[in-house]
Amino acid sequence: MNRASEPSGAKLITASGVVKDFSGHRALNHVSMEVPEGSIYGLLGPNGAGKTTLLRIINQITAPDEGSILFEGKPIGPDHRHMIGYLPEERGLYAKMKVGEQALYLAQLKGLSRQEALKRLKLWFNKFEIEAWWNKKVEELSKGMAQKLQFITTVLHEPKLLIFDEPFSGFDPINVNLLKQEILKMKENGATIIFSTHNMASVEELCDYITLINESETVLQGEISEVRQRYRANKYLVTFEGSKEQLARGLDQRFELLKLEENGMGQKATIRIKKEGESSGALLRNLLDITEIKAFHEILPGMNDIFIQVVKNSIQKKGSGS
Amino acid sequence: MNKIGLIISREYLTRVRKKSFIIMSVLGPVIFAAYILIPMYFATLEDKEEKLMVVIDESGLFTRQGPDGPEFTIAETKTLRFQVVQGVPVQTFKESFEESGYYGLLFIPANILSSESTLIYSTKQTSVEISEYLRRAMENQIEDLKLEQHEIEDIERILAEVETSINVRNIKWTKDGETRESNTAVVMALGYLSGMLIFFFIFFFGSQVMRGVIEEKVSRIIEVIVSSVKPFQLMMGKIIGVGLTGLTQFLIWMVFSTILVVGLKAAFFPELNRTPTEQVVGSDLFGQGGDSQVLAGQDPDSMVNEELDTAQEIFASLKSINAWVMITSFLFFFIFGYLLYAAMFAVIGSAVDNETDTQQMVFPVILPLILGIYVMISAINNPDNALAFWFSIIPFTAPVVMMVRIPFGVPWWQVALSGSLLVGAFLGMTWVAAKVYRTGILMYGKKNSYKEIWKWLRYSS
Repeated sequence: MNRASEPSGAKLITASGVVKDFSGHRALNHVSMEVPEGSIYGLLGPNGAGKTTLLRIINQITAPDEGSILFEGKPIGPDHRHMIGYLPEERGLYAKMKVGEQALYLAQLKGLSRQEALKRLKLWFNKFEIEAWWNKKVEELSKGMAQKLQFITTVLHEPKLLIFDEPFSGFDPINVNLLKQEILKMKENGATIIFSTHNMASVEELCDYITLINESETVLQGEISEVRQRYRANKYLVTFEGSKEQLARGLDQRFELLKLEENGMGQKATIRIKKEGESSGALLRNLLDITEIKAFHEILPGMNDIFIQVVKNSIQKKGSGS
Repeated sequence: MNKIGLIISREYLTRVRKKSFIIMSVLGPVIFAAYILIPMYFATLEDKEEKLMVVIDESGLFTRQGPDGPEFTIAETKTLRFQVVQGVPVQTFKESFEESGYYGLLFIPANILSSESTLIYSTKQTSVEISEYLRRAMENQIEDLKLEQHEIEDIERILAEVETSINVRNIKWTKDGETRESNTAVVMALGYLSGMLIFFFIFFFGSQVMRGVIEEKVSRIIEVIVSSVKPFQLMMGKIIGVGLTGLTQFLIWMVFSTILVVGLKAAFFPELNRTPTEQVVGSDLFGQGGDSQVLAGQDPDSMVNEELDTAQEIFASLKSINAWVMITSFLFFFIFGYLLYAAMFAVIGSAVDNETDTQQMVFPVILPLILGIYVMISAINNPDNALAFWFSIIPFTAPVVMMVRIPFGVPWWQVALSGSLLVGAFLGMTWVAAKVYRTGILMYGKKNSYKEIWKWLRYSS
């Protein structure tokens, strides 16, 4: 909300209070999310948290029981279908159809004319060096080949919004890399991307914003740098020269030495500031007195740690609550 | 092109280009032609082979003295000859029967009047036609013999007087006072054929819709498609596309079957195209003339007349059925019957994860169709009774049952009622199917049952 004043603050997707029930099971419980235009938005959460349901609702595959989805501020409707490209987690192709025909068909369903689709497909097939597949049947393709084709059919109509559900699962490392590059390139070209994933490294690498859903509810949301700041553990890594004993002895009560290690590059200490409100400056001053500092920086928590911590906490909260 | 058009053309083109479609298109008419022509072929084969039967008549009742020695009293036919032997026991033939070239040995015991049985010995299976012919001829002769023993005066004349043959002709009075003659058998056959065709069309292409839905679900392409089009568009596109495939196949069959049957018949069985008179006269070549040509109690002229009558009757009754009414109502019930059932098949496809799970779910759906077939068979004999009436009004059986009744003539209001109920049922069923379908296609690994489908029906969307 407070980011609305920022230049790129226009929201492409605004989900508010989305509820979805499946016979006795609530898949989404008042989930809200704002996806700024031109951003890469990560949708995180353990299996069965409700990510796919939310993505399906944005794709108008299912409708929410409560709440609303706005696309550029207007209620999402059939006219928006061709502005969205969707690569579902459960992805497939018609096994008996030829590669080219299939790609043409899917592109035309997204509103491209046959000629336009043909022109763009040629470019993409050329780029991925798969021209030779055009007349092959889909069932003859390997899994990696099919993945490339699926990716092309998702982005071919150059949609404003791209939705990838677990895009990296099942892709081999080379294709994962290719996919990452393409995602970043599409962002550069102005597209907005929402993707769900378990792969936290890719989240740190790609995402600007995240929403973490656990057991149908939002448990963490925000800009990724801000989230990482929020979960900082006040840990610092010091690379130093001098006696280890001296450092250990000279450290103030307010600080805790967590780890001491030595390798070819020098000696390293991991130190935590114990007391809330103590600044890193105090630690630095303390260290200056007892050793020679070569490098000093804060250890920000990885998304992986945050993910595990948040999910655990939310489970505990629920457990104690009930 | 709009999206539903795109889906229809994909469904249609992928199916029409399939090898199985091409093979079926060729094989269908060939099988159909073979079905018609092979019995014809065998009929002509049978006619030409001459069979010689040895007769040992211990009773002496069936033997008379002819110019060339003993003669059998039963007339020979075009292909069946008799050779009467006297004073030789049956056993003498047994050993060398195979080489002798005889077709069989007819043994008439001395006590035939009391035992009422005779024996045919043969190394082959005696044809039913021959044993039936012998049975009837011998029965007639023995009956005559027994009658004679009663010594009734003028027995011949009385018998000739008593003998009656009833020819049942069906004259139908239509509302506008016209009188039309219809040959029930032709009308029955036409109705039966239409009903069966609709049944098979619905069943075969309905299953194709179901398989198509399962394919999309199993290959997991469904989610990509329904993010581009509404599930309803996908379902209707598939149903229409498969339906058009079916119509195409049907047309190909019709055209090629006709060409094949007419062509092959003209090429291989020219004699079948001759008039019945020519056939009878022509067959004289095989006979030896005289009374061997005459079948029991019939002279060739009356046969010819009868055949001509039948041909004219068939022609007349075909004319008595209004061709346009027949064709339009056939197409109507054909198409809407298919649409109604295809929607149900689509629901089943959406509810299961693989084809083997469909079996228990398909049965309740096609049950009314099978019931329709049973009612149809009874309706053929009695097209205006209450059972036939109600089943031709109920939309689930109407496509099959109404088609049997229409050649007999059905009041227009009944056709209109049945037709509008069918369209209504189709619309209602499609609405229900769309609701279930859009939920079902995204459900994997659910226990598939009608209970589950009922639950999906009540989901908002």
